[in-house]
Amino acid sequence: MVEEEGSRRYVAHIILWIGIAIVAFPVYIAIIASTQDNALIANGQMSLLPGGHFFEVYYQTIFVGTSGSTREPVGNMMLNSLVMALLIAVGKIAISIISAYAIVYFRFPFRMPIFWIIFITLMLPVEVRIYPTYKIVADLHMLDSYAGLSLPLIASATATLLFRQFFMTVPDELLEASRIDGAGPFRFFWDTLLPLSRTNMAALFVILFILGWNQYLWPLLITTRDDMQTIQVGIRKMITTTDALTEWPVVMATAVLAMLPPVFVVVAMQKLFVRGLVETEK
Amino acid sequence: MQKQAIFQAKLLPYALVAPQLAVVLIFFYWPAAQAVIQSFLLQDAFGLSTSFVWFENYLDLFRDPAYFEAIVRTFFFSFAIAVSSLSFALLLAVMADKPLRGSMLYRTLLIWPYAVAPPVVGVLWIFMLHPSLGVLSRYLRAMGVDWNPLLDGNQAASLIILAAAWKQISYNFLFFLAGLQAIPKSVFEAAAIDGARPMRRFWTVTFPLLSPTIFFLLVVNIVYAFFDTFGIIDTMTRGGPGTSTVTLVYKVYSDGLLGGNLGSSAAQSVILMVMVIVLTGIQFRFVERKVTY
Repeated sequence: MVEEEGSRRYVAHIILWIGIAIVAFPVYIAIIASTQDNALIANGQMSLLPGGHFFEVYYQTIFVGTSGSTREPVGNMMLNSLVMALLIAVGKIAISIISAYAIVYFRFPFRMPIFWIIFITLMLPVEVRIYPTYKIVADLHMLDSYAGLSLPLIASATATLLFRQFFMTVPDELLEASRIDGAGPFRFFWDTLLPLSRTNMAALFVILFILGWNQYLWPLLITTRDDMQTIQVGIRKMITTTDALTEWPVVMATAVLAMLPPVFVVVAMQKLFVRGLVETEK
Repeated sequence: MQKQAIFQAKLLPYALVAPQLAVVLIFFYWPAAQAVIQSFLLQDAFGLSTSFVWFENYLDLFRDPAYFEAIVRTFFFSFAIAVSSLSFALLLAVMADKPLRGSMLYRTLLIWPYAVAPPVVGVLWIFMLHPSLGVLSRYLRAMGVDWNPLLDGNQAASLIILAAAWKQISYNFLFFLAGLQAIPKSVFEAAAIDGARPMRRFWTVTFPLLSPTIFFLLVVNIVYAFFDTFGIIDTMTRGGPGTSTVTLVYKVYSDGLLGGNLGSSAAQSVILMVMVIVLTGIQFRFVERKVTY
């Protein structure tokens, strides 16, 4: 860079650390609060240093749950969220990659209309068709089921478009070569196209997993049984309207636990995550 | 664009698109169509009879001052969230774009809030700024602010905006950083040779070259503020106090679920759909231009 004197760099370092502090502060408070005594917090006397109730609070949160409105342990909620997120990520990738394969590598009647039918679903979030979708899921007897939690969220086209774009860049010679080797459509897909798509699939998986894990409005509507609750829904139910009853250390421990898997995925797979994000938004 | 090398098969392609088509038709088109139909129906209070009323639900909405307020509020929230989050993220991205030691660490420490779910964001911020037990409320009161977002509508609104903007910083930061890194460094060098100081270089060189990214992010942020703030609002204020934090999506939810007014809720959904389609359309046209750019 040009004329970057030392003093300017210090300014940059300082601004970045301030930014990081702002971004991290709420989480710091949550971690601290999750180790403290409820009575102390309820009095507005929370200290900014860790308390001594770490194991107690987390044990209660994961295995017992609050004693108030929801009695479901958070461990179970996390399991539900995990299943939902995995179903959404894997399901969306699976149905998208095969339909993109059909659209790119085959010519068949109604190919373009089918492509458009899929394309139109792009970016219209489930929130805007929430009640009719709810009714359909109810009619299909899928309330309180993993299928009901995941299928309506799988119904959009982002992944299909991504794979389509990627397949268009795969050189034709590859198909010709594998055809000379006597490979049919299945063999070509399995032995050539799938391995080539590995990084795309992984990047997409990261994004979709986070998307699924963080769903809120949809699971809020379609789960009525406590044992089918996801962690995002559970955490809101823990905040009771009459504040005195809210067990804040448990709530904060739940918030920390709810953040762990997606934040871990983002940090561990930073490169793939950034790539997936930039590609899906294109 | 079409592939030259293709397979010949009659039924296989249909089998391959079938799962996606089935899911999309059942869980996307059917409910979307239902929403449109429902928006033309009026149901009595007990759900016993329905009648076709054409655009009455829509007209009722536009005659309802509460709906008008929700529109204005949603746009105001979106604008406030986008501007505050974008400007802070841009500042951080410009800093992180400099050749600093530990820049990868900075990046990692700044991007993870992307992964925090909206309701969790809501819980974190309501806890910090809770009127009686919040850590930050103490300082606000010490400064003489009569802080109680559970009673004061404006304070509740600013709390929502603050939390929603906080969550969006990391996302904007990532795209700004990518945008900055795509600008050739020689452009800056040329400007520096011409004697432009750093601030001036930013406004005359960086900012205009970054404008496609800024515009793209503006649209994405507005869509985010429309939909993803639902979880934040629902955990922090549940639309209150009064209706001071009821946005369009929150109103669809509360009118339909709590009010049981499905016709009106459906009409609101349809209006939202049209808004998203328009926004998406703008974004697409813009992305097309970016490709050739």
